[in-house]
Amino acid sequence: MLEKIFTTGFFVSLLASTIRLATPIMVPALGQIYTQRAGILNLGVEGTMLMGAVTGFAVACLTGSLWLGLLCGMLTGMLWSAIMAWLSITMKANQVIAGLGMNILGAGLAAYIYRVIFGVQSLPPAITAFQSISVPGLSDIPILGAVFFQHNALVYLGFLLLPLNWFILEKTTFGLKIKAVGEHPRAADSKGVSVAGVRYAAVLIGGLYAGAAGAFMTIAYLNTFTEAVIGGRGYIAVAVVIFARFLPVRAMWGALLFGFASALQMRLQALGVAIANQLMLMLPYIMTIIALVFASNKAEFPSAYTIPYSRMER
Amino acid sequence: MEELAVKMQGITKIFNQVKANDCVDFSLRKGSIHGLLGENGAGKTTLMNVLYGLYQQEAGDIFIHGAKAEVDSPLKAISLGIGMVHQHFMLARPLTVVENVMLGRKSRRGILLDTKETARELQTLSDKYGMGVDPYSKIWQLSVGEQQRVEILTALYMGADILLLDEPTAVLTPQETNLFFDTLRQMRDDGKSIVLITHKLEEIIAIVDEVTVLRDGKMIGTLNMDESVTKDQLTRMMVGRDVLFNFKENTRAPGAVRYCLKNLCARNAKGVAALKNFSLDIREGEIVGLAGVDGNGQSELCEVLTGLRPLDAGEITLDDEKMANRPPAYFISHGVCHIPEDRHTTGLAMNWDLELNLILKCFYKAPFAKHGLLCKKAIEEYWEKTRAAYQIKANCGGDTARSLSGGNQQKVILAREIESEPKVLIANQPTRGLDVGAAEYVRQKLLNTRGNGAALLVVSADLEELLQLSDRIAVIYGGELMGILERGADPYQIGELMMGKKQEVSVCEA
Repeated sequence: MLEKIFTTGFFVSLLASTIRLATPIMVPALGQIYTQRAGILNLGVEGTMLMGAVTGFAVACLTGSLWLGLLCGMLTGMLWSAIMAWLSITMKANQVIAGLGMNILGAGLAAYIYRVIFGVQSLPPAITAFQSISVPGLSDIPILGAVFFQHNALVYLGFLLLPLNWFILEKTTFGLKIKAVGEHPRAADSKGVSVAGVRYAAVLIGGLYAGAAGAFMTIAYLNTFTEAVIGGRGYIAVAVVIFARFLPVRAMWGALLFGFASALQMRLQALGVAIANQLMLMLPYIMTIIALVFASNKAEFPSAYTIPYSRMER
Repeated sequence: MEELAVKMQGITKIFNQVKANDCVDFSLRKGSIHGLLGENGAGKTTLMNVLYGLYQQEAGDIFIHGAKAEVDSPLKAISLGIGMVHQHFMLARPLTVVENVMLGRKSRRGILLDTKETARELQTLSDKYGMGVDPYSKIWQLSVGEQQRVEILTALYMGADILLLDEPTAVLTPQETNLFFDTLRQMRDDGKSIVLITHKLEEIIAIVDEVTVLRDGKMIGTLNMDESVTKDQLTRMMVGRDVLFNFKENTRAPGAVRYCLKNLCARNAKGVAALKNFSLDIREGEIVGLAGVDGNGQSELCEVLTGLRPLDAGEITLDDEKMANRPPAYFISHGVCHIPEDRHTTGLAMNWDLELNLILKCFYKAPFAKHGLLCKKAIEEYWEKTRAAYQIKANCGGDTARSLSGGNQQKVILAREIESEPKVLIANQPTRGLDVGAAEYVRQKLLNTRGNGAALLVVSADLEELLQLSDRIAVIYGGELMGILERGADPYQIGELMMGKKQEVSVCEA
């Protein structure tokens, strides 16, 4: 029995699926690294992803262009997070409450937009999602080729964000400013950096990434929209950032962990392992939570994490 | 008439209807060191923050090198050649020196950082003034003195020829202060104009060319420093009255050992060893002063001695009672009292009534509680009695602790801790942030407590204060006891120990 399950084919598809499922966690997490490094905890990622998911799907469905769908999903994510930025930076609202509020609002609004556009249909509308692209040459490598080089375009793009993130944070003036406003906003201010400006930018980039990941779910991973399409990935992404101690590469590992658990439970279910499928569905979340809890007690938070900045306060 | 680098005229700055600066005039001559003297809350820092563009004045004009200037942001100030080193350093700790410097200037490589070039130039500048700063070290790896040099270097690098220094020596040992003053003189001779904010008279006399005194937000006067200016004269200007520099000495000699600490080892909040085999005896009727640069284990020691931090190893004995790793309540019930370092977070419940803050340690006992219910009347009576005895300036016991000034908050804590007739009193920075009058009051109370036979450990960053109060001074460095000096010790000797030079064993008291 076991030999039949654990074949090479099983592992190849498990690992390929891990990478695919890690993408919609890693991308918003990379976005939130900017946001959280700048000192803003945006708990509204889940809602932002839902907004990106519904916009991406609707635009792709109505125009027939997947790329236009992705672009609109990203812009929606950015606009949605602009509200969060305004609440937390300009209005200096409590970030936990503002973020949770944005989630509830996002979930409701996404469902509403979907109903308005598509109504209630017995057969939900579907599109042709992004298809896998085999990287010429590399995809022919045995095993590795099937694991790494037979994905859709967005997975490749998602992983390209990783070096980009590192480069921006470590090598550019913008990255330095982000770290500074999260660590010591007064110091940044006293050196002429606009704390609010940098924080706005950091939250908007976070929204852009989250919107992209939301659209990924409806136009690249699935080919349709449901109200549960994000399924807590936004929250997991926020947690992954803390697990990752705000470092891009560690965020990738956190996302892969979740992706692996998701892929594993799906395959075990498909094989008919005698465990209730509800329990199996919990597996990725449980694994992720356990890993996060143990890793996060070592996290060194930016000193100004969740603290609004006001120049006049003494 | 010499050229003025800065001229401020009629500056008024209002916070919540309080005038932090009230029509202040201030002039800084080019190429001079100008002292800005005043008590805490006199408005020195506010005035300089206005000049640096962090605050906008409600009224008044600023002239830089003779030209009227609207300094509406630090960026503007920097472009005018003004640099400021704040009392609380404006450095992001996880970043490197060069990263902190690059934050404030345009990169020559556009959106990319020009780390290498900047680091090279910083190194050159550092070498010129003998500051010994490594551009690639992370801020958290540096000592406080080094961080300060980084701040000054940053200001110079940004092209500052007017330097505003806010209480720069508060964190330095006497030796570091001397080196620092040498650097200042060198910079002055290079034509830089320097403002030195301080409340230490010795520094004014040691280095300053001119001094301006502020009190309650008003300018009291500007003096040219020459031999005729005396400490008393400056004090009178600063405080508005004469201050007693000598306390009534309590001649009673210390008695038997009361609090015995043996080989204490403990870790700090990050799990790093903060106390290493620390041993000390404190006798009844004795004040032991603990000197050391901030962050060398003083706070952890105080917490260990009051039961707030677990001990990894070692013994604490109070008379014959073993105290190590007992809960804080056990320490309290055995007469160990604590004036904590930070009155806002540990000392007081800031949003609670004053009368409740006063009985925090005995609220469950008669007469304040009967059958598990609080007796409002007894609490109020006790508050009234204490308020009169400690001259606490408050409207009523129902006011929150937050509504009081720092000095009065400290009086509430003092009353709570001292009225219970402590056997041991651990006082961590008891006068930090208090004005001269309030600090004087606190010190007198500590001496009285000593007179009543308590054993006191007083931690202070103010060496002057320790020299004044202590029967003996213990010096801590890196969590280790460097040595114990008798009353009348040379501040320089203390300074050496504070920097980690261990005392010769022969001098060390057994």
